[in-house]
Formats: sequence, C-alpha cells, structure tokens
Amino acid sequence: MLDIKNLSAGVDGKQILKSLNLKIGPGEVHAIMGPNGSGKSTLAQVLAGKNDYEVTGGAVVFNGADLLDMKPEERARAGIFLAFQYPVEIPGVNSTYFLKAALNECRKARGESELDAIEFLALVKNKTKLLELDPALLNRPVNEGFSGGEKKRNEIFQMAVLEPKLAILDETDSGLDIDALRIVAGGVNKLRRPDNSALVITHYQRLLNYIVPDFVHVLLHGRIVRSGGKELALELEQRGYDWIIEEVAKNGAKS
Amino acid sequence: MIDALLAAPNGSGSDLAWLQPLRAAALERSRALGFPTIKHEEWRFTNMAPLLQLPLHPARDPAKPVSLEDLKPFTFGLEGPRLVFVDGYFSGALSAKGKVADARIGNLRAEKSPDVEKHLARYVGSKAEYFAALNAALFHDGGFVSVAAGKVVEQPIHLLFIATGQDEGAVVQPRNLIVAGPRSEVKILESYVSLGGAAQVTNAVTELVLGEGARVEHCRYQDENDQTFHIATVQGQQDRDSRWLSHSVAVGGRLARNHINSILNGSGAEGILNGLYMGRGEQTIDHHTVVDHAQPRCESHEYYHGILADKSHGVFNGKIFVRQDAQKTNAKQTNRNLLLSDNAAIDTKPQLEIFADDVKCTHGATIGQLSEEALFYLQARGIGYDNAKRMLIRAFASDMVDRINLEPVRTALEEMLTKRFAAA
Repeated sequence: MLDIKNLSAGVDGKQILKSLNLKIGPGEVHAIMGPNGSGKSTLAQVLAGKNDYEVTGGAVVFNGADLLDMKPEERARAGIFLAFQYPVEIPGVNSTYFLKAALNECRKARGESELDAIEFLALVKNKTKLLELDPALLNRPVNEGFSGGEKKRNEIFQMAVLEPKLAILDETDSGLDIDALRIVAGGVNKLRRPDNSALVITHYQRLLNYIVPDFVHVLLHGRIVRSGGKELALELEQRGYDWIIEEVAKNGAKS
Repeated sequence: MIDALLAAPNGSGSDLAWLQPLRAAALERSRALGFPTIKHEEWRFTNMAPLLQLPLHPARDPAKPVSLEDLKPFTFGLEGPRLVFVDGYFSGALSAKGKVADARIGNLRAEKSPDVEKHLARYVGSKAEYFAALNAALFHDGGFVSVAAGKVVEQPIHLLFIATGQDEGAVVQPRNLIVAGPRSEVKILESYVSLGGAAQVTNAVTELVLGEGARVEHCRYQDENDQTFHIATVQGQQDRDSRWLSHSVAVGGRLARNHINSILNGSGAEGILNGLYMGRGEQTIDHHTVVDHAQPRCESHEYYHGILADKSHGVFNGKIFVRQDAQKTNAKQTNRNLLLSDNAAIDTKPQLEIFADDVKCTHGATIGQLSEEALFYLQARGIGYDNAKRMLIRAFASDMVDRINLEPVRTALEEMLTKRFAAA
C-alpha cells in the first residue's frame, strides 16, 4: 500500500529524515516510536504534503501512485489521512459544513455520488456515537474552543467519516487522559478493516496497549534503526531509548 | 469643486427660508476648509485629488427612466417601504409605500413634518468636514423617516440610491434624516449602487436622531462602480439609553471615504459600529469613525473587518473621545485586516482621547494573511487549495455579516460573498 524508499527530507536546509525506508501492506498497523526530535512528526507531515518540508531524495509510492507528486488535497482524496498532533482551530468555518465539503471531495475523487445534507447528517450521527463525541460540537467552528481531548477525538471522528485507506496518527495519545485514550483507541480499532492500514506515531508505548500494532519501528536521527513486533514496544517501555541510541552509535542501524 | 457645483445649481435654491442660513454657513465652512489634500492630517492616507480631474457638475434628472426590472438586483428581497433615488432624484414610480402605520416615510423635499426643520442639518452642517459641509450647502433630496414615540416598525425601510453611471463627473449629494422618537424601534437599509460604469461622485450624509431609549439598526451598503468616488457621513445623535446598531459594508467605488460618527449624548446610551470593507483592483476604501462619549455610563463597541486583495488600499481611523463628564464609559474598538496580496495595503490607526478617569477603553488592530496552518488542515481533509482559501476568507467576512440582524440583508450579503469569492 505504502512504500517509502530512501526518503530524505528537511526544513530550512536542516536534514531531518535521512534515507528512510518503510513498507506498509494492506490491513497492517505499524507503529513508529522514537525519542523527541527523531523525525516522527516530520515523517507524518511529509506524507500528508506539508510544503514547509523539502524532500531532498527518495520516493514514496502509495497504491501505485507517486505520492510526493501530489498536492495535500489529492493525497487526502487518494485515501491518506493525517490525524494532527495539534489540530488547528478555524474560526468561522462550521464543523459540519467543513466535514461535508471534505467528504464530498473525497467521494467525488472515488467516483461516488455526493451526499446530501440528510444523508450526511445520518452518517455523522452514527460516527459521533463511535467516538462518544458530543454532536453539539459539530455546530461550532472547526476545533474552536474544543478541549484537548475533544480535538483529538474530533480527529478520529473525521477519520471515521472520511474512511481513509491509510491513517497516520501523529501522537494522537499526547495530552489524553486514560479514558479519552480508550475511546480514541476504541474508535480506531472499530475502523480497522482488512484493506486499510494505519501508521501510529507515538512517543509512549501506552497507546499500543489499545491499538495493537503488527510492526514496531524505532526512528532515530531520521532513519529507522530497528524494527520488530509489538514486543519491541514493551522493551522500549521498560528500557527507554538510551540502549538503542548506544547500540546505534556502536554498530550502526540494523533491522 | 465648489465653483463647479455652484455654476449649475440643481434646484437646491427652491428651499424653505429656514434652511437658507444653514446652507450659507455650511458653504462658508467648506470654502474655509478647502478641498482636502494629503497634507491635511485627516486625509493623509487618502488622496482625493483624482476626483478633481472629473468634469464635475451637479447631477441632472436622468433622461432615461430606470425600470423596476433594473431595480431587482438591488432590493435585497425586501418587500417593505422603499424610497428610490436615481442620481439623487426621487422616483415615486420606483418607490413603494409599504404598509407602515407608525412611521412617516418620504423624500425630504416633499416632507412637511416639523421634525425636518427641527433636525435637518443641525448635526452635520456648518461644523462638519469639507464634503459633509458641502452636502449641507448643496444637497438636493434624500430620504426622511420619522418614527413616533413608543412605536415599533417591524419592516425594514430601504433607502436605495441608484447612480445611473451614465453621466461622467455628475455629483450626487443625497441627504437623509432619520428621527426615531423615544422608545421607538426601526431598521433602515441604505444602499448605494450603480447601473452603468461612468465615473460619478456620490457625496452622502445621513443624520440619525435617536430619542431616549430608541433602538435603531442602520445598515449602509455601498457597491457603486469601480470608477466612482463615494464620500459619506453617517452621524448618530444618541439620547439616553438609546441603542444604535450601525453597519457599514463598503465594497464598491474607485475611492470610498466613510465617516461614521456616534455621539453618545445621554447616559446609558450604546453605540455599536460594525464595518466590513473589501477592496480589490486599485480601490481605496477608507473608514473614519468617531465615537464621542459625552455622558456617563455609555457603551461603544466597534468591530471593523477589512479584506484587501490585489493592489487595493484600506484605511481605518477610529477615534474615541471620552469627555470629562463621561465617567464609567466602556469603549471597545477592534479592527482586523486580511491582506490577500503583497500589493494590498492597510493604514490603521486608533485614536483615543480620554478626559475622564473612571473608564474602560480597549482597542486593537491586526493585519494578517490567511493562516497557512488552517489552509493545510483543510487541504489535508481533501478540500482543494482555492476552495480552502475561499472558506477562510468567507469565514472572516461572515464574522461581520453575522452581526447584521436584518435577515434578508444578511442572506443577500452571504450570497454576495459566495459570488465574490467563487473565483478566488
């Protein structure tokens, strides 16, 4: 589904991702862990198409298409979804209006008919339940005045409505208390299907108790230095990142 | 300018005797002030000189009649009373009386109400700035609305000024008087539009007199052609406990200069001044506002939003006076600007002069571009870049439009925004 080959990218002339390789197949959940500053969020933003980042090398193929050649909206319509670490407040843009416009753009791109207001509201009602989101929030401007937890739930709610092929969750667990974390993770799990995949970016193992990954990768200094199963996350939880940092310093990266 | 207009008077001479000294004093005032140049502090950012290049003359009664069909795009779907003026001349055929029992509505020239002599040109006249004084000296006609004490007029009253846009250099000087008696309520829409594309001049003055406890919503909408010079003064005289909700929506003209003034002349009065200006091409749109807190315990709230595209230029100058007696004043002023191009510019300046000590005054001005973060967020959900931009610009404008209580006007403005930003 997603094939990242030797991806290098940076910002303001500073190299952040260095020849990163990662393959995600249909139905797989991959977790990327790593200390602060390792390049986790940069990877998420580059995949979503944020133009602050300059790609200096490599390629990303998404379902056969050259992802790096696509505008952010084209990526979204092709099925990439980024759950933002810091969801943006947009005063004056009504949440329902925004999400209906987004969904219909995605549906048009998939060759499906646009939903009218009634069909859309029925869909929304269904999905708010899944995320235990107060439907009243949807009458408000996008994310404006939402609590931290509401913003994160709103991200996953949008994901539930848009039904992407590849969901990238950028530190969705940060700032969530344990109840909110359970709700968010429960939502993500209920949306799992054999044909869609997820890339879960997190600093802590905690989230992975709820969203169980098939693969765990450790990102360090802009490249993946170790990959394994879900037990790798537990090991990191117990031992921290220092031992990997030391090993990498001694031996270089290995898989 | 004065001589060009005096050379061919347009019938202002057929007035009542009491008006003559007021007109003479106002004429003297504008002569004394002289045509404003950018050397005048109040005109630093707005160069009126190109106006003098036009073949100026008083507007003539248009030879070719305007049809009801021509009017349609400009009625805002309002079905209440409507006074229509074409190049400043009242058109009975295009106007509609409506079914309003509690207000006198008509054109000034024909009006016999004692309120006319009592109020007309008493507030904006021989002490006004150049253009407003010129209007007092030479105005031809305009709308008159008077609401009796305690009466509530439900239907909005529409004063519609149509420039034919056929007569280059024609100067139209409308004069409106709105008198809201004690505890009365009325909603007024005053709009200025053009049919043709010729460069005309509109120099309009509206005096609003709010009696004790009166509530007036006044929405001014200006969308004349992009060659026209538009100068306006709207002055609200507010008695105690009155509430004036003023909106100025300015999108048209080559150069538009609006003075919106609220005089809070009785304790407990409240003035709310909203504005939305949207420039494109090489337009200049200027708002000078004055809120004069003359009495204690008054409130004023000012919200002006500007959206400036292409090479357009916006000016906002907001003066707040708090006089010595005006203790417990609460005054707030906000001016926000969105610059959509590198060549667009805004000059914004708050000016507070406070002579009382127990007051609350705040002001703030912002100038910014569309938020890159917000644009990316919308794009990341599948919304195209142009659409995302439109959504954000509209949101910014809607924040002002939403403050308008006149429902049909609000709806029409939302439609105008949709159209305007369709090709952004």
